[in-house]
Amino acid sequence: MSAPRTAIGQAMVLPPYAQWLGCSIDWVEGHPQLVLPFGDHVMGWPGLLQGGAIAGLLEVAGIAALTHRLAQEGGGRIKPVTITTDYLRTGRDQHATHAVGTILRLGQRTANVEAVAWQEDRDRPIATAHLNYRVLRG
Amino acid sequence: MGFDMERFVAMGGLGGGHGRHLGIGYRAHGEDWAELALPYDPRLIGDPASGVIASGPIVAMMDMATSVAVWLKRGVFEAHVTLDLRVDYLRPALPERTVIGRGECYRITRSVAFVRGIAHDGDPDDPVAHVAGTFIGMRA
Repeated sequence: MSAPRTAIGQAMVLPPYAQWLGCSIDWVEGHPQLVLPFGDHVMGWPGLLQGGAIAGLLEVAGIAALTHRLAQEGGGRIKPVTITTDYLRTGRDQHATHAVGTILRLGQRTANVEAVAWQEDRDRPIATAHLNYRVLRG
Repeated sequence: MGFDMERFVAMGGLGGGHGRHLGIGYRAHGEDWAELALPYDPRLIGDPASGVIASGPIVAMMDMATSVAVWLKRGVFEAHVTLDLRVDYLRPALPERTVIGRGECYRITRSVAFVRGIAHDGDPDDPVAHVAGTFIGMRA
């Protein structure tokens, strides 16, 4: 598996959980965007994405966004503090699911990220999450 | 009581692919609560530096435990969808420990169920996470 590269040429290694989910990075205009193909391991009700898998994908999108930005700022670690997920629409098995994290603020001690997940149409999100992290600068 | 937890588990109600692949299992239940277990699995690590598992699997377990708590309180299975779920991470779950998720439904209206719960890794008085959420019934 080839490691995706960040804009500054470093390999971005997603955690084991991201690989277990089966998501990978699409680089869109220099920002990491996640793609999750459907599979039995992320299914809840027959044919539908499980809410926990959606929350997990949103979390990975948040981790990717922060890891990418922190790498540009000298490195650091993050720990989740609160994650609030809103479920807007049903995720279905016909489509892959995409997610991207937008950093609202990355400070010295905390970071606030908004992540959004969608399937066919980015203007019709299936879920959003507010993710607040503790930041430990490198 | 109209909702039969043992039969639900025996029929694979928790087993929808995601729960089964995560290894989530049934532990206990009461009139308005259910307890599930998520065994430690290195494939679920979210922070390789510490070996702590990602939050996604814990959210999945708490979503299921609180869902079941709603059906137990209603006394009947009724399809519903998660409207929102907030998870507060109080401390990291210790590597190698099974995480226990206890979900409780503390209020139901005709169409909305309010839930809360904790996840712990051995001591319920020292939880790793606290959750609060709502479900919307799909009945017309």
